[in-house]
Amino acid sequence: MAEVLLDIAERLEALRPRLLAFARLQLVDESLAEDRVQDALLAAYEARENFSGGSKFETWVFAILKNKIIDEIRRRQRELTTQFDADQVVEVDAMFDERAHWVSGKQPEHWVQPESSYLNEQFWLVFDVCVFHLPEGTARVFTMRELLGVETKEICDSLGLSQQNVWVMLHRARLKIRGCLERGWFGREALPK
Amino acid sequence: MMSCLRATERMSQSLDQKLPLTERVQLKLHLLMCKRCERCQQQMELLHRVCRKRSDQSADN
Repeated sequence: MAEVLLDIAERLEALRPRLLAFARLQLVDESLAEDRVQDALLAAYEARENFSGGSKFETWVFAILKNKIIDEIRRRQRELTTQFDADQVVEVDAMFDERAHWVSGKQPEHWVQPESSYLNEQFWLVFDVCVFHLPEGTARVFTMRELLGVETKEICDSLGLSQQNVWVMLHRARLKIRGCLERGWFGREALPK
Repeated sequence: MMSCLRATERMSQSLDQKLPLTERVQLKLHLLMCKRCERCQQQMELLHRVCRKRSDQSADN
């Protein structure tokens, strides 16, 4: 029994970077994100007997964290939404300097374990949050193009946008999502130990 | 030489349509010399691929 408990504690601890990266995407304040992750880890540990084994362990822990984050957002709705834009999303303009080269610290980092991620439910959770961070029109164009596989010509026609417009939106969406996924999943900080 | 910003515009566009030859060559040259943009391109392509896989998956269900 002691071994099983230790095992659960270790698995939870290994998951911490992932959970933290996810919480950070949604809670502006670093210490808030850490606190909610801590709550979720504790709650998961205490409720370990409720884990049916039916869903995957990681999915179950993420579901606990999601609830903690939702509670937090409800509690602080106003503060969070006002701070949200400025702090969370790196604007494309801020990624490049005046010579249109990458700004140090905003350039693409090496991604660890990239290709098999789509198999993982948690990856898509992070992905959805990243899309959610895009401006509404941009998110719409990106979703039509990449998730529904609609050709740009057809997007132009159905949304009444110029070709140029759609390319600009897709370009911005891809750069932003790239940065967001790096922060929330692929980057060194988000990697499970 | 093409700027990084411009290169990222082109690599994004190349996921949506075939680029004209001159632009393809210019982009290729830039990528040969710029590690950061090369990485960016690989990651944009990865993003493109995983999205496709996801829509295939949901179509299967």
